[in-house]
This record gives sequence, structure tokens and C-alpha cells, in this order.
Amino acid sequence: MKNLEDLEKKINSELTTKINNTKIKHNQIYIETDKEDFIDVAIFLKTNQDTKFRQLIDITVVDYPEQNQRFEVIYLFLSHEFNQRLIVKYLISENEVIPSLTSIFPSANWMEREVFDMYGVSFKDHPDLRRILTDYGFEGHPLRKDFPLTGHSEVRYSEDQKKVISEPVKLEQNYRNFDYESPWEGTKYIKEEIESNDKKN
Amino acid sequence: MTKKIKNLNLNFGPQHPAAHGVLRLILELDGEVVEKADPHIGLLHRGTEKLIENKTYMQAVPYFDRLDYVAPMNQEHAFALAVEKILKIDVPIRAQYIRVIFCEIGRILSHILNVTTQALDVGALTPSLWGFEERETLMTFYERASGSRLHANYFRAGGVHQDLPKGLEEDIAKFCETFPKIINDLESLLTDNRIFKQRNVDIGVVTKEDALNYSFSGVMIRGSGVPWDLRKSQPYDCYESLDFKIPVGKNGDCYDRYLCRIEEMKESVSIIKQCLAKMEKGPIKSLDGKISPPPKAEIKQSMEALIHHFKLFTEGYRVPKDEIYTAVEAPKGEFGVYLISDGSSKPYKCKIRAPGFSHLQSMDYLIKGHMLADVPAVLGSLDIVFGEVDR
Repeated sequence: MKNLEDLEKKINSELTTKINNTKIKHNQIYIETDKEDFIDVAIFLKTNQDTKFRQLIDITVVDYPEQNQRFEVIYLFLSHEFNQRLIVKYLISENEVIPSLTSIFPSANWMEREVFDMYGVSFKDHPDLRRILTDYGFEGHPLRKDFPLTGHSEVRYSEDQKKVISEPVKLEQNYRNFDYESPWEGTKYIKEEIESNDKKN
Repeated sequence: MTKKIKNLNLNFGPQHPAAHGVLRLILELDGEVVEKADPHIGLLHRGTEKLIENKTYMQAVPYFDRLDYVAPMNQEHAFALAVEKILKIDVPIRAQYIRVIFCEIGRILSHILNVTTQALDVGALTPSLWGFEERETLMTFYERASGSRLHANYFRAGGVHQDLPKGLEEDIAKFCETFPKIINDLESLLTDNRIFKQRNVDIGVVTKEDALNYSFSGVMIRGSGVPWDLRKSQPYDCYESLDFKIPVGKNGDCYDRYLCRIEEMKESVSIIKQCLAKMEKGPIKSLDGKISPPPKAEIKQSMEALIHHFKLFTEGYRVPKDEIYTAVEAPKGEFGVYLISDGSSKPYKCKIRAPGFSHLQSMDYLIKGHMLADVPAVLGSLDIVFGEVDR
């Protein structure tokens, strides 16, 4: 369907039980669903004559460490026929295994490997779930918010051992993250103090 | 008597001139026929997305130059558009033309490199020597506008960093007059060349259906006959007001993709010419002092300008909480940025969608059943640059 509102209605009526929420923003449809229903939603979006989202653009995850369900998995779809973009997402907790899209979209293979590598989210029925971007033998998942920017280990050539070795990171100076919050609004701890004083009064 | 023959595993790269960067390809060969290809990537992984999460929006721009480093400004464009859409700011018309001119220069830069090195991979040396001379001219234009040949850091949310220096427009116009002849010269060397055709025609054929399934974009999908170009279908900046054609291939093989690239270069020249003709004097970045820094002279006079300058280069501008996916038609295909902002001056997440990543993924599908000698030809026509594949 060419019209975004019609498409939203169509998806809502066809997938009522499988979708939690839809909204239109920035000329794109955002759909929230559940892990269990996601595969059905993806098959519908790809095969239905009125949607035809036949291209998977990307898969990614966002990490919200403070939330109970820590990871939000995001899928971006594109329909050439109707010239529309659609975003599907669902929340999962840290050690949950999620279904793989590889049987429906072959291009999901590397995208899921990247998500696995960067966030440590595992996929069920993935044909070849290996790390992809990080080094052989790498530990940890770099795009998680609790992974330090400087990493844990560094690699160098050792003249003594005549080979490349990996050691814990040694920094002359720690990575500095300055607090540039506006002085007119007050830094956080002052703000908190003022707020608590206000409450007391 | 039957003899058992074992398949040979061959390690191609990571240091190989035809690997176009640091690609390690594990090939399983039955004689000279490739049975399986397993690309190992990530040797150039620098954690761009993680770094961007720790920098302000303005500091994030240079990282985009270092992705696809043969067409840097096209990447910056995607990021600038994403931030602009969240901030809901308008870009002055002159800035839009400047950005389009430099994106098209980037497209020519990338296509020259690809076409000529592909020719180099299949045995022709001269095209790359001719092509690189033109690339040098184009990079001087980059340098005159931004101060740097490659890592431009020129696009900003709300426009571009500074106006074009005096005389640059005329020189670009002059280039547009001479360059079509160079394309013709390149074509005379390659298009009807017997060896070039033998190495490329019917090699690495992609069907329409598979081009969709493997998330192909750009020349890779147009070569297979799908007329899809984001500049036409989802126009951004001033592309809507420009008149250009989308070259589409027929057979989806390496040769058709080569022809598409040549035609696209000609279209790019015409786009640049139109932009130069339509461009008028005017502001080149958003006039909102909360987003673009004030001119130096004003800082000496105005207290407000001084405060703006100080805040922009310490804290940076804040972007309201939102999420957005924006894509541009980079020379290699759809380059997208999925940006999540949380109201602070740093992105909460910035996922970069690089076209080369999904193209390289299909290497196994493309090369299965081909000869070993076809590997560089297919790899060349995929147009892989490791800066963007590994990120």
C-alpha cells in the first residue's frame, strides 16, 4: 500500500494479536512486538501483497543496562514496491535466545553474527553463529554499555618472545570524560541537593 | 580403481593486492573450481559505533570519513541528515547544492577507483593510471573546500562547515567540461576490450530475486535490473529539483555493473553542472546559534556569540530524545545511519548500515562454481572498501 496510514491500519488489523503497538514517525512505521511473534510478523511483512517488505536492511540491538529487559532488538525493512520503510522491535532480557531470520532473509546471516559479536545475543537455528568483526579469541561484547571504551586487552609484537602477544590495557592516562553540563542549570549533585531541600520545605 | 581426491583449502589474503584491503578469504577448491568461500572480516575493525557513542554530535562527523574512505562526504551526509531530521532544522539552499556537488564528486571518486582497479585485477594497467590523475584533481577540490584531501569533516547538521573558496566553482565547472572525454577514453580501453569482456561477462550473475534477498543496494541491485536509487525514490536535500537518469543493467553480471558505474559517472557530471548553474549566493549553514557556531568576527563583538561558541565546542548541541533511520545513496549502495538520541549532547546509539557489508556477505553465493581466477573479478565488481565493511 502506498499510503502510510492505510498500511498501518492493514498491519494492525491483520496482526492484531501479534503486535503491541504501532506508530508513524519520520515517515516510517515503528512496530513493537514480542519475541515469540516476531517470525510470524516478518513472514507476513515479506509475503503479503499489500506490504511486500522484501528487503531486510539491517538488524541491531540497543543496550539499556538499567532496564529489566535489557536489550531492544531492532529490525529495519524496506519495500521497493511501495517505497516504504518499517522498523520492528522487541525487548529481551540478557540471556534470552532469540529466533534467527536466516531462513526467511539469507542476508540476516552476517547481521545476526554481528549482533552476537557486539552484544552477546544468541540466535536459535542460526547456521553459523561465530564472531565476525572482533579478533580471533576476543572476549566480551564491545557495544554493551558496560564494556569500557578502551577495552580490556591490547595487542603488540613482543621482541623477547618473537610473536604477537595480548596483554591487559595499560594507559598513561585514563580516558577522561568531562562533565560539560550547563553551569546555568547546575551540575547534577547540586541540582539533586536543591531538589531535596525543596521537598523538605 | 577410484582415487579419493581431497578438496584444497586456500587462504586468500589478508595481504593480497586483489583483496582490496584486508580481506581474508578461505576458499575451498575442487581443482580450479571454487566450492565454498568464507570471508573473514573485521581486520580493520576500529569500533566506530562505540567511539561515536562517546563523542558529541559534531565530533562524530570525522568518523564517517574513515568508513568508506574513497567517498568520505557521502557518509557524512547520512549522519548530517539524521541529526537535522531529529532537530527539525532546515538547510539553506546553497548548502544543499554544495553538499550535492560534493556527494557527486565522491561518487565519481569512488567509481573511478572501482572501475580502474577492477580493470587492474583482470589485467589492464593503463586505466588506473589515467583514472588516478582525475581522482587527484577531484581531491584537490575536496582540499580547497574542506582543507583535506580525504578526511574532509566538512558537512554539519544544518549545512556545511564553510563556504566554497573563490574560484572553486569555476574550476569544478571546467572539470565538468573535460572529464566526459576522460570517461570516453577509459571506455575506449575497456568497454569493447576482448579480454575485459571475457573476464567479466556472465561472471558473478545476480538475479533480481537474490539481489533483494541478499539486501543488495546501489549498483549491485541496479545491475540486476531493479530501478532503485534513493536519490530518486526517497530524495533528500535538493535531488528532487535535479534532472538525472538512473542507469539500470540487464544481466546482473560484473560487466553490467561496470557499465552502470560508467553511466553513473556521466550522470554525476550532469548533476554537478546543474547544481553549479542553479547555485546562488547565500548562507551555507543553519543560522541557529544553538547549532552552528557563529562567525569569528561576531565572537569579538557579541557576548551571545561568544557563549554559543563556547557551549558548542565544549558540551556541544543537545539533541532531543528520538530515534530515526536515514539512508543516502552512497556510491556503493544504501548507506544508512540508525541514530538514537537521549536528549544529551552525545548519541545514545549510532548504528551504521554499510552497503559493502551485505554485498561481501554474498561472496559465497556469487563465487560458487566459478573458477579461482574469477574471485578477483567478482570481488572487484562488488566494490568493497574495508573501512565501511569492518567499521
